[in-house]
Amino acid sequence: MQALDSKAIEVTDLTVAYQETPVLWDIDLDVPPGVLLAIVGPNGAGKTTLIKAILGLVRPAAGNVLIYNKPYVTQRRIVGYVPQRGSVDWDFPTNVLDVVMMGRYGALGWIKRPGNRDRELAMHALEKVGMENYTTRQISQLSGGQQQRVFLARALVQDATIYLMDEPFQGVDATTERAIISLLQELRENGKTVVVVHHDLQTVTDYFDWVTLLNIRRIASGPIEDTFTTENLRETYGGRVAFIKNR
Amino acid sequence: MQIGNLEIILIAVTTASACALPGVFLVLRRMTLMSDAISHAILPGIVLAFFLTHNLSSPLLILAAGATGVLTVVFVELLQKTKLVKEDAAIGLTFPALFSIGVILISRHASNIHLDIDAVLLGELAYAPLNRLKVFGSDIGPISLYVMGGLLILNLAFILIFYKELKLATFDASLAVTLGLSPVLIHYGLMTLVSMTTVGAFDAVGSILVVALIVGPPVTAYLMTDSLSRMLILSVIIGSVNAVTGYFLAFPLDVSIAGSIAVMTLLIFVTVFMIVPNRGLIAIARRHIRQKWEFAQTMLVIHLFNHEGLPEAEAESEIAHLHEHLQWEPTFASRVVRYALNNRYVSQNAAQLILTDRGRTIAQRALVQ
Repeated sequence: MQALDSKAIEVTDLTVAYQETPVLWDIDLDVPPGVLLAIVGPNGAGKTTLIKAILGLVRPAAGNVLIYNKPYVTQRRIVGYVPQRGSVDWDFPTNVLDVVMMGRYGALGWIKRPGNRDRELAMHALEKVGMENYTTRQISQLSGGQQQRVFLARALVQDATIYLMDEPFQGVDATTERAIISLLQELRENGKTVVVVHHDLQTVTDYFDWVTLLNIRRIASGPIEDTFTTENLRETYGGRVAFIKNR
Repeated sequence: MQIGNLEIILIAVTTASACALPGVFLVLRRMTLMSDAISHAILPGIVLAFFLTHNLSSPLLILAAGATGVLTVVFVELLQKTKLVKEDAAIGLTFPALFSIGVILISRHASNIHLDIDAVLLGELAYAPLNRLKVFGSDIGPISLYVMGGLLILNLAFILIFYKELKLATFDASLAVTLGLSPVLIHYGLMTLVSMTTVGAFDAVGSILVVALIVGPPVTAYLMTDSLSRMLILSVIIGSVNAVTGYFLAFPLDVSIAGSIAVMTLLIFVTVFMIVPNRGLIAIARRHIRQKWEFAQTMLVIHLFNHEGLPEAEAESEIAHLHEHLQWEPTFASRVVRYALNNRYVSQNAAQLILTDRGRTIAQRALVQ
């Protein structure tokens, strides 16, 4: 059991640069356990890069990432990742169940093959996302929303404590968006920490309880009611947020 | 059949199978160009190892070629990482540079020995059985058969042992990283095998045709299945069929066996490309034609449906004047009417077309969408 007062994710002084162009400047970010957090910011703000840096997928120029006070590499197993849907080739010759089983590969480790238990877990995850009738469907025949559900199921079978998701609502229909958000809220109720790169400012207050405003540097981070203010948003987006309702 | 011929066929089938297995992953990783690069760039490795051993069938040649192959991949990736050169250009820069070093080494220091450019580029399967493996003085078969057999077993073992890792690293490399299953290790493991297989196959079929063996069967199998394991099995079968049919094509025509295997590879790919159900060219063409007539019938029932029960209905549903209302060719219109009658979407009442219940449902369903 993780100590209650420890931080689920602690990012300190993180700078990521491509060549000499900084993508993230000196980011400090504390994510407490059990929150549903949205990372928002304009295009090119470094949202995806922040997630990738936490996961060790891009090498930071400076700074550190701790997961429950330990370096990420020792904590891999408790961090689940849902990449952007477009990051893989959906024409790959495989079916839905197979993709979901990939979430078990980390627990299995090298060489060991998935077995019946892994198949059961994958089936269970597919039921959770409402895709249990698509197990043998070739993945190229899925709609965008179905692909996203498959990716979510794949993260669920990892049985992680922390989930990092890159735009899980991108290009999905309204039904799928509602299904996904209730699933994420259920994860939070079960004590999981969920970090989501999010694009739609209109839904932030409805869906999330914490928010991080990002634009190359961290503008603000904290509970929605203190953080998601017009002033902060104006600083993040440079004054182009007139369409936001002021709460 | 003579024993020599049987040996040629065996070598061809073994070589084709050994090449097809790693080829599947190259095709899925969109790296087929890399096999072309490797097959050329390993030349300096082979030449240098040959200078050391003075033996064209020394296992050291395969290891040296493997190392040069991996070096090629590293060079290409380094160039790509600068972001100043794209992958295809990086490949195009790297392999001619390495290949030319090999060519210069041969022409400078080895012009009077067997290692000539023709053999390197084209190989000659017919001569493969001439090089025998002798153990304690007794002949136990051609060396190439043992070399390719060993590589086939090696490739098969690698894929069987790391199947799950290969699949994940190919489908979603970043997930593989976050799960701690290093796709970089898998990548270089695969590239080492491709390099070693290429040099083994190169003795028999040369450095250009080996690309046909690596790429041809997997792209053919890709059209036929939706499952990775079946794609691997089908690739081996297709590679073997190409090898055997190529051999029997070469004999009556009295041409290079490797050349006719490559021709068969292309012919079998084109045949599958045409006739494979669902995604073949013929299936797609038939689907388009069917859809065209189905759509025309839907337009017809919607037209009738929209005017049904209205004062103008009589004029709008008159068979003889239908083509004028819809601005269709008269022959096209009468064919659509005939199909719609056959399908019982409409029925004929004197000169009028009348919607059936079935036709009405189709119109309603089309309009709701």
